[in-house]
This record gives sequence, structure tokens and C-alpha cells, in this order.
Amino acid sequence: MKRTGLINYGMGNLHSVAKALEKTGGQVELVSDADALKTYDRIVLPGVGAFRDCATALKETGMDVALKERLAAGTPFLGICLGMQILMDVSYEFGRYPGLGIVSGTVKHFPEDHPERGFKIPHMGWNDVIFSSQRETHPVLAPLAGQQVYYVHSYCCTPVNPEHLLAACSYGDHPFAAAIGHDNVVAVQFHPEKSQRAGLAMLESFQQWKP
Amino acid sequence: MLSKRIIPCLDVAHGRVVKGVQFVDIIDAGDPVEAAIKYDEQGADELTFLDIRASHESRDTLYHMVTEVAEHVFMPLTVGGGVKALSDIENLLHAGADKVSINTAAIFTPELVKEAAERFGSSTIVVAVDAKSVDNHWECFTHGGRKPTGINAVDWAKRMSDYGAGEILLTSMDADGTKNGYDIPLTRAVSAAVTANVIASGGVGTLEHLADGLTEGKADAVLAASIFHFGTFTIAESKAYLAKKGIPVRL
Repeated sequence: MKRTGLINYGMGNLHSVAKALEKTGGQVELVSDADALKTYDRIVLPGVGAFRDCATALKETGMDVALKERLAAGTPFLGICLGMQILMDVSYEFGRYPGLGIVSGTVKHFPEDHPERGFKIPHMGWNDVIFSSQRETHPVLAPLAGQQVYYVHSYCCTPVNPEHLLAACSYGDHPFAAAIGHDNVVAVQFHPEKSQRAGLAMLESFQQWKP
Repeated sequence: MLSKRIIPCLDVAHGRVVKGVQFVDIIDAGDPVEAAIKYDEQGADELTFLDIRASHESRDTLYHMVTEVAEHVFMPLTVGGGVKALSDIENLLHAGADKVSINTAAIFTPELVKEAAERFGSSTIVVAVDAKSVDNHWECFTHGGRKPTGINAVDWAKRMSDYGAGEILLTSMDADGTKNGYDIPLTRAVSAAVTANVIASGGVGTLEHLADGLTEGKADAVLAASIFHFGTFTIAESKAYLAKKGIPVRL
């Protein structure tokens, strides 16, 4: 049976992501050992905690190098929330911290005047997944057409290459990346594991995805 | 567009749902997993569990319950009741809660909210504010509305938001249980004062009350217990009504 490795960088509860992946047909194991990463058929990087702590933990465990190796080797990868943001070059969360640089771009806070204009931070709740009509919808994201998903975040990604933007969302009048990726990499800002049927359908399509 | 959220609230004691959940086709009305699945099927946006006993002895039972629920429904879960320390929050998050609601402990040790937001992130910390009208303002009460604190509720909500709470669960002790609707002036005053999300609670009897909380009260989400428990309205009916009124909801 195919095995999905869920990267555990010791930052909190991965229970719901693991359960959601299991429910959608995966054999899921938590991976803390960088050397073990190569034994998995798919890799999921969930999002818990702050950017700096996540980047530090991945580096200290050697998981950053191991992950880049696996991505270069073509292993299908899903990043969720902070697991998406960490793919970027740099984040401005509480300072300036380098990310993995797997998808070129930056992570920034929602505009500072948002609360003043009545848009609460964090952006929390159910919002859209908007696809460009100019290109084919990414197969992993296809089940989300016309659905809303659950977002919780104060920072958002801006990829440099517009081709890396797979889906968008808008909060207030501020558009941001809902999903990014290239080749065997796909990453989402929202939480599929908290997005009920739509989220589970997306996780199922990830586990069947052959990039 | 960001949807307004509809949140059914379940009171629990010793890991069981209490206060009469009466879904017609449910086998065991006290089973939190069954109740959660029912609300999931109806399209609830989140679930809130409040441990009304919150005794020290029943904590493990509560953690176990949260884990069970989180294995069966895939939506945000808020859990509150008896949260006194960072370790309580950590235990609940580890059990499978996405957010933890702090009530009385925040009044006695406001710093707890600041520390919790720094450690676990603002989006995981909810501060429950129980407010009652006193003279010409609203005051915070603890112990289910029995004990006055002398603290102005609007100022308090703002302070908790500034300390990093991602949400304020605002319950009007005057409106709670009346079925006459949310305390709209209170809800609007708090919504205007804080940057955190505001969840209106207490007093819902009709679908119009839900709409009022969101439009006139300017709340980001509405919480209700009995109208959903007793099957007066389903979540789906509530959302259909709100959508017809032009309020953005997830259908």
C-alpha cells in the first residue's frame, strides 16, 4: 500500500490532518526523522505555529534538505497553511526569515489598515477558492470548484511567477494566493482537514494525484 | 467573500452532551460524536463544546471526547469550560480542539490570554465574555452570570482583543434563555471596539434574530444552542434564510 508521510516538526497537533488523510484513503505515518522521508510515496507538510519556529525546526532536523531532495525526485507534495508559506523565499512574520525557496515569493501580513476598515485579522472562516478562467484547474484542486473552504491566517503568500498561482481568494479587497505550486508541488493556504466534504474531496484527489 | 459563520453550541458534562439534544433520528441523544455528525450533515460552520461541569476529575473524559469528535467531523472545534492554565490549553489542542475558549480565568489572570496567544497563536484563543447590563453600561460577570466583577464589558473585550485573543465569544446574560434575540446594542458596541472576530451569543429564538446579530450587531459569527438542539430550525434552514436576506453564508 502507498504510504503518505506527514512531516512532524514537533509544533503541535497533527491529529486532524492525519485523520483526514486516513479517511480519504491514505496510510499515514508521522515522520520526524529526515532520513526516513525518502521511504514515503507522498509527503504532506502541515501548518502549525510561527514561521520562524517552523523554519528553525526543519533546519535543525535536516528535514529541509531531505524535503528538497524528495521534491526534486518528483514525490507528490502537499503543503497546508504554514506548510505553504514555508515554501516561499522569505517571510516577514515577526522579522525577516528565509523559507525553503521551493516556490519563489514572499509571505506578508494582511495590510495594516484592514482592521480599521472593518476587516478583522486573522482572516478566519469560510471563503472562496477562485480559479483563473485562462488555464486548466489543477487536478488536486478540481473538487473545490464552487466550494468554500476554511481559512485561518494573518499572513499570505505572493508568488513571483504568476504561473505558480493555482487559485486565489480575496479578503476585503485584498486578493491573495489560496493555492500555489508547480510540477509535483501543491500547497494551500486554507485547511482542507477542517473544510468538511470539500476539503476531504481535495485530500482524496491529492492522494490519487500522479503529477 | 468571507461567509458569516453559524455555530451550534453543545453543553457537555463528563464527556456527554447535556441540556436536551432532541434530534429525532438520533439513537443516543447524549453522544457528542452523534450530535457533531448531525450538525456536520446540516452544514454547521464550526462546533463549540462547553464543559459546564469542568471539574478537575472530568478533564481526561473531556479530552477523550474531543479526540473522538475530531476523528469523525472535519470542521473547526472550539472547546471551553474550566480552562485555567496554559497546560489546559495545550491539552485541549493536543486532544484535537482547534480553538480554546477562556472565560473566568481571563478575568483573574488576564496575562494568561497574552501568553496563550503568543504561544499558541491568536487564531486558537477565544475569550468568552459574559456581559450583563448594569446602570448605563455592561459589566462582566463570572460563574454563569452570578458573580459581578465590576469590569466594563466593552473595555474588557477590547483589552482581550489587544492581548491577542482571535475571537470574543460574547454572551448577553440578560438575553440568554429569553428567546427574544441577541443584545444588539451590546454586540454592536463590542464589534466596533475590537479587532478580534465577534461571536454573538445568547437569546436566539427566531431566524430573524440570527440575521439581526450579523447585520445590526455586526457580529462575524452567530452562536445558538436551543433552537438547533430542539430542532426548531436546522442549520440549513437558518442559512437559507440568511442567504435570502443577502447575508453571505456558506450553503
